[in-house]
Amino acid sequence: MAETATAAFEQPESFAFDAESQAEIATTIAKYPAGKQASGVLPLLWIAQRQMGRQTNSAWVPVKAMDEIARILEIAPIRVYEVCTFYLMFNTAPVGKFHLQLCTTTPCWLRGSDDVVAACRSATGLNGWKEISADGLFSMTEVECLGACVNAPILQVNDDFYEDMDAEKTKALIEALRRGEIPKPGSMSGRQTSAPDGGPITLTTLSFAKAQ
Amino acid sequence: MVKVTVDGIDVDVPPGSNVLQACEAAGKEVPRFCYHERLSVAGNCRMCLVEIEKAPPKPFASCAYPVAEGMVVHTDTPMVVKARQGVMEFLLINHPLDCPICDQGGECDLQDQAVGYGRDTSRYDEHKRAVKDKNLGPLVKTVMTRCIHCTRCIRFSAEIAGVPELGATARGETMEVGTYVEKALSSELSGNLIDICPVGALTSKPYAFVARPWELNKTDSVDVLDAVGAAIRVDARGPEVLRVLPRLNEDVNEEWLADKSRFAVDGLKRRRLDSCWVKRDGRMVKASWTEAFAAIAARVQGVAGDKIGAIAGNLADAESMLALKDLMSALGSQNLDCRQDGADTDVFRRDFYTFNTSIAGIEEADAILLVGTNPRTEAPLVNARIRKRWLAGGLTVAAIGPELDLTYPAQMLGNAPALLAGLRDGSHPFAGVLKGAKKPMLILGAGALARPDGAAILAACWALAAGSHMLTPEWHGFNVLHHAASRVGGLDLGFLPGKGGKGLSAMVGGGVDVLWLLGADEIDTAKIGANTFVVYQGHHGDRGAARADVILPGAAYTEKNGTYVNTEGRVQRGQLAVYPPGEARPDWAIIRAFSAVAGKTLPYDSIEALRARLEQTNPVFARVDILPRFGCTDLTGPAGDASAVAAAPFVSPVPNYYQTDPISRASPTMAECTETFATPARAAAAE
Repeated sequence: MAETATAAFEQPESFAFDAESQAEIATTIAKYPAGKQASGVLPLLWIAQRQMGRQTNSAWVPVKAMDEIARILEIAPIRVYEVCTFYLMFNTAPVGKFHLQLCTTTPCWLRGSDDVVAACRSATGLNGWKEISADGLFSMTEVECLGACVNAPILQVNDDFYEDMDAEKTKALIEALRRGEIPKPGSMSGRQTSAPDGGPITLTTLSFAKAQ
Repeated sequence: MVKVTVDGIDVDVPPGSNVLQACEAAGKEVPRFCYHERLSVAGNCRMCLVEIEKAPPKPFASCAYPVAEGMVVHTDTPMVVKARQGVMEFLLINHPLDCPICDQGGECDLQDQAVGYGRDTSRYDEHKRAVKDKNLGPLVKTVMTRCIHCTRCIRFSAEIAGVPELGATARGETMEVGTYVEKALSSELSGNLIDICPVGALTSKPYAFVARPWELNKTDSVDVLDAVGAAIRVDARGPEVLRVLPRLNEDVNEEWLADKSRFAVDGLKRRRLDSCWVKRDGRMVKASWTEAFAAIAARVQGVAGDKIGAIAGNLADAESMLALKDLMSALGSQNLDCRQDGADTDVFRRDFYTFNTSIAGIEEADAILLVGTNPRTEAPLVNARIRKRWLAGGLTVAAIGPELDLTYPAQMLGNAPALLAGLRDGSHPFAGVLKGAKKPMLILGAGALARPDGAAILAACWALAAGSHMLTPEWHGFNVLHHAASRVGGLDLGFLPGKGGKGLSAMVGGGVDVLWLLGADEIDTAKIGANTFVVYQGHHGDRGAARADVILPGAAYTEKNGTYVNTEGRVQRGQLAVYPPGEARPDWAIIRAFSAVAGKTLPYDSIEALRARLEQTNPVFARVDILPRFGCTDLTGPAGDASAVAAAPFVSPVPNYYQTDPISRASPTMAECTETFATPARAAAAE
């Protein structure tokens, strides 16, 4: 994204991987041939972002974490900065505890993503993208296609997809999150994955040999 | 060789070449932005599109497409022309049309190629994006909105300069080239980013809004601010040198130039000596040439030859050194020294004090031992050449001396001269590496020769070279890396104490009554005896002039025709680009004029006659620009005692790269660089 390390937020003074992350890093680096550990930059950034989420309730990657990754992988820090800023899944600025990622690409938009966005705004009190609510619980980002168009519109909260959203379901979801509940991810309309709404409408006469 | 046909012209190119190189071999111009001969291929600007027969019917980026036998390439078909127009139109979408206020104007690849290969009008009337400018330090100015993302600067800093600090962050519309975390580029080669940037995104900060390229008089010359002798072009307008750019010389600097050589030229306008000064009643007063010469002649009158001495500084040209040497011998003096650092050199043989492998020869070496030298500050272009060799693979570098960041991995063996003995007798593990190497080389810093045990270090290094197969009839791996442009020239023409003559320390320590300083500013002038009459001949009011009794204003390297010998022993000619300011004159002419006043007229009236005398003094001066490679058949070492090496650690003779001579000390740009890069407190605060 366009923001730089000098944007209007504070970078932490230091960053160190905790024991849990270090164990993950060891497993990750072991996956690559010796001398090719630089390829682990993506998983390591992911580990850093998750650790920030655990520790500060804001899953983002500070510059110090990127520097630490560069040190571990023995590459120049700028090479980590390049990767981290390239992928939108890495947040280079702080986000809320629940990072709402709203898809507004054509299929989601046709299926009413504008309503979902509006509902998010009214339920969280956030005005714009990239904002964090005063309680630190919510932030919103507009994202490109999340690859689940059959269940459009999609609202991704941190790592989980909530599908078949509409304004009401969005409000209910946000209220639940506010109460500290984590509703089960997946389709919110009750259908099984991306099966037709209200049960099968084709191949209904087929009988399976299951009983025999 | 691979046979390729380009627009009907058959060419043979080496296998592994790309189509763009084949097109160039056929004499066809191919526009390009991202492709650069000395950088890795990125293939992202898409400007070099060509059509290839019997390949998929699409334009190919010729820089990233390898040649194949029998390939038929077209560079001027309607498809190619249209494709290039399209690419150019896309490149210009986000490029501001601010050429009238852009410093690149007139020497801009984008400008030129837009005229040559673009459409005549733009069809784009949406908003253009704007990008924040980056602060890359005191040398490189950025206007990042102009950037076309060719990534040449990123590749240059990562590959050639060896400081991977630039990168492309974010992506697509929001992609930016920069350092992400603001920092000044910590490279001595950062000025080259200005040259390789094909647009006006990276331009020279000190030169901003100074001149247009077509206003400038361009003079080919040679750099003297270090001992590499890089080929330069001096751009001047009227009496002012406005900038210095590198010129291609594959044997020395390729097409790069170190920052001091490029940016110190604003020092040529400041603290200049533009008239004679004579000390009267304890105060310096302005004087005419006649008065100044008369004052010196009056003082020299009756002084015995052995009480007169001369010291040549680091920027002196060979002509003026020879003229001064001749003047001194006419006055009966043998007291000469061109080694301001007090180095103990052995001039019995030329290969005892030159960089014998040659700079281009570094590319053949497979093991390098650096002794008491930091090539990064003493000769950044030599360091760049070592890095280039290291990038090619199969090179081991080790260093005896202080811990260094050389931009390539080097084994730091420690800072004890005694290690040389361990390497010589094979007890040190690195001795095995040297033994196993086919073309090992040793680079001895001139700073190490300035130690009290300099002769011993020299002898120890030579003995190590001789014992490690560095000296063979085909390969000369013993090298002395100088950092003063005048040094090898001075040694070649024997600007050294003659029989019974006094050297630097004796002369400075009160051994002479009259001391002639030819631009000697790096000596400890406080030690000069109070009764010593000091003549300072030079171009800057620096340390030497501060101690002088008579000041004779000389010419800086851009203001005279002069001969310089670089650390390899390569004789090169610098040329006059502008005339010296005020009353200042070319240095040899000053000495020649004084010789007449002193009644010891020197036998040359023109620089040609002086150069003939130079060739007579040492035939090496007859061979300008060319330096044949040579091996070593006589392993006899220098006179020093290799076992007399002292225990004191090596120290760098160039602690601050940016200020080493009167010109760079007078330069505001170099002062700013010193503050940014060389002052530790500042550097820590900037982090």
